[in-house]
Amino acid sequence: MKVAYWPGCVSRGFTAELHGSMAAVAPMLEIELVELDRASCCGAGVIAEHSQELADTLNARTFALAQQEITQGADLMMNICSTCQGAQNECQQRLDASAEYRAQINETLSDEGLEYQDGIINKNFLWVLVEEIGLEKLRSLVRRPLTDLRVGPFYGCYIVRPTDRLDINRAQPRDEYLGQVIETLGGTVIDYAGSHKCCGFPIITMNKEASLEQAGRHLADATDAQADCLVTPCPLCHLNLDLQQPMAAKQVGRELNMPVLHLPQLVGLALGLSPKELGLAHHIVKPTAVIDWSQAVVGGVGGW
Amino acid sequence: MAEFKLKIRRYDPESGSAPYWDEHTVELEPHRSVLEGILQARNENDGSIGVRCSCRAAICGSCGVRVNGKPGLACHTHLGAALESAGEDGVIEVEPMGNMPIIKDLIVDMDAVHWKKIQRVTPWLIGKQPVPEREYIVSRESMIDVTQSMACIQCGACVSDCLSMEVDPLFVGPAALAKAYRFVGDPRDGAHEQRLKDLSEDKHGIYDCTHCFKCIEACPKGVAPMNQIMRLRRIAGNDFQIKDRNNGERHEAAFVSNIERNGILHEADLLPDSYGGKFHPRAVPELISSLPIVVTALLRRKMTLGKALLHPHTAPDGVKRIFEVVEGREERNEFNLYISGTDAEAEASPEVAAAIEAAEPAGVAPEGTEGSSG
Ligand code: SF4
Ligand code: SF4
Ligand code: SF4
Ligand code: SF4
Ligand code: FES
Repeated sequence: MKVAYWPGCVSRGFTAELHGSMAAVAPMLEIELVELDRASCCGAGVIAEHSQELADTLNARTFALAQQEITQGADLMMNICSTCQGAQNECQQRLDASAEYRAQINETLSDEGLEYQDGIINKNFLWVLVEEIGLEKLRSLVRRPLTDLRVGPFYGCYIVRPTDRLDINRAQPRDEYLGQVIETLGGTVIDYAGSHKCCGFPIITMNKEASLEQAGRHLADATDAQADCLVTPCPLCHLNLDLQQPMAAKQVGRELNMPVLHLPQLVGLALGLSPKELGLAHHIVKPTAVIDWSQAVVGGVGGW
Repeated sequence: MAEFKLKIRRYDPESGSAPYWDEHTVELEPHRSVLEGILQARNENDGSIGVRCSCRAAICGSCGVRVNGKPGLACHTHLGAALESAGEDGVIEVEPMGNMPIIKDLIVDMDAVHWKKIQRVTPWLIGKQPVPEREYIVSRESMIDVTQSMACIQCGACVSDCLSMEVDPLFVGPAALAKAYRFVGDPRDGAHEQRLKDLSEDKHGIYDCTHCFKCIEACPKGVAPMNQIMRLRRIAGNDFQIKDRNNGERHEAAFVSNIERNGILHEADLLPDSYGGKFHPRAVPELISSLPIVVTALLRRKMTLGKALLHPHTAPDGVKRIFEVVEGREERNEFNLYISGTDAEAEASPEVAAAIEAAEPAGVAPEGTEGSSG
């Protein structure tokens, strides 16, 4: 399949290994990525907090750029960030709700010759994996099952709430997809208190203690549940859970050392890519448990 | 009639023993409520089950509990629906709400947490001066807007699940902040600025919300407390230019101008800018405290020095233009789904749409004919 691909900002900045691992994994899943490189940040909820219209217009522009790719053969728009998913979805809800409002926004876009038509399909890589590629196909592509690897899912708020706007329901349990993917890849899903909670990132500059306390607690809960690592579809969660982990450890007063993987990295490991190819060396918390595991399984192939 | 299995969490702090689960089978129609199930178990099996209720019609707000882990009103949750969200064993789990101390079983201490916080936001109207001779005249839309927060029945479901409160018990919290918006959004109130200043300067005020959507998900009345908090922030920062000591306004401004410059987020600038800029006295200790992480990040080549210091990306002209147009507007264009509804809804009920149109031809009623309320 071909997707109009919105990588987000953080995946090209502080978590470059996410963008890299997505690019490495995509061809193995037969996904062709057409990057929306002229698009702008979704605003992560912060621009909307400042001005709703500004966020709606910026994202309408991104959708319009994606729709140009869709008319040229892309199947849908794909993102790799829970926060992009949620923030863009929130704008889309307003844009799709009213033709009158949409016309006002398109008026601003018309300077650039762009127009957003309602009803774009924009899915996070996690949703694409389960709904477009399908777990059966994914299973058939696994070269190195994640046997004995104990993985805790961490979703990020924006991709699991609010459930009605995100179309999460019994028939489409998008809030269980990470567990399904981990299982399909052969790993063990770890159940722990923080999997669907907030990493605390949005208040890191406003109330640092409370922010780090959140990250620290979830990491500690996962440690107590004996997870080898966490996996997340959200690079912003990754910032608070990995980049800030040393500070979070201080805040909760215990050692953590919990590796946090990006979703494409976990998929890539199971599809046979080496930790190095997937950029695992760039994490703040060394994913030692994961690397040991990969070496035990393939006897050191891949080189670290 | 159908049989339902209820697993109720029991706890009596005075007894000195630990909480435990208690299972009861009740017989009721699937459209009867979880509350009726609990009451049947109490009346027929065990009179000591502690539960609070009154109206049984989703009005009084006293029966807040967690059903299968989700907070809500026991009287407003059908047994049939609860069974659907139950685990594979088909047992409906009923627990007390979170973030508040338990008095007994399903009864939590609302006074100790929820009501204290409501009092914290001065929950009454402080009339705008001069008080008009007759009633205050206000626009219809502004009143519809505040009805969303007025719909709150003080059940505490949002408080139960608030993730900021979980780590910071002092956080003013979703219900109380929704209540604050009820007055900040009310054109008759005369203390908007003081209210906002108070709640921005408080470390546990509007900028302590972590934007987790839990309260939106929890609320049985569609109050969407988080959305009201975002409005409070917008009005505090944009309309009153309140520069709070928690860097809330600064962080927002830094983020917005970061995107305006770069098109995509340049994180290396965001942190120092949120504290007032790289050389601002506030930023220095923050930057020093994050130095070890920066060094590790450089060592792991997570970021390169070039990336941290230079600006590899500039905003496309189209993005700059959007900022010019939208930020240049005299008046905020804020599409409010709660007020306007969706086109699809209007199509589904043309009479309603027509009635609204007829009542208000051009969307703005002439002076003096607008609804007023006292
Ligand atoms: S959520 Fe993050 S990564 Fe996604 S566009 Fe916005 S800032 Fe960038
Ligand atoms: S968990 Fe954190 S980064 Fe992730 S979506 Fe929630 S707030 Fe955002
Ligand atoms: S969005 Fe804010 S107020 Fe609502 S539950 Fe989350 S932290 Fe609490
Ligand atoms: S905002 Fe909603 S959930 Fe919170 S107390 Fe009011 S009615 Fe209950
Ligand atoms: S008993 Fe009154 S709201 Fe449930």
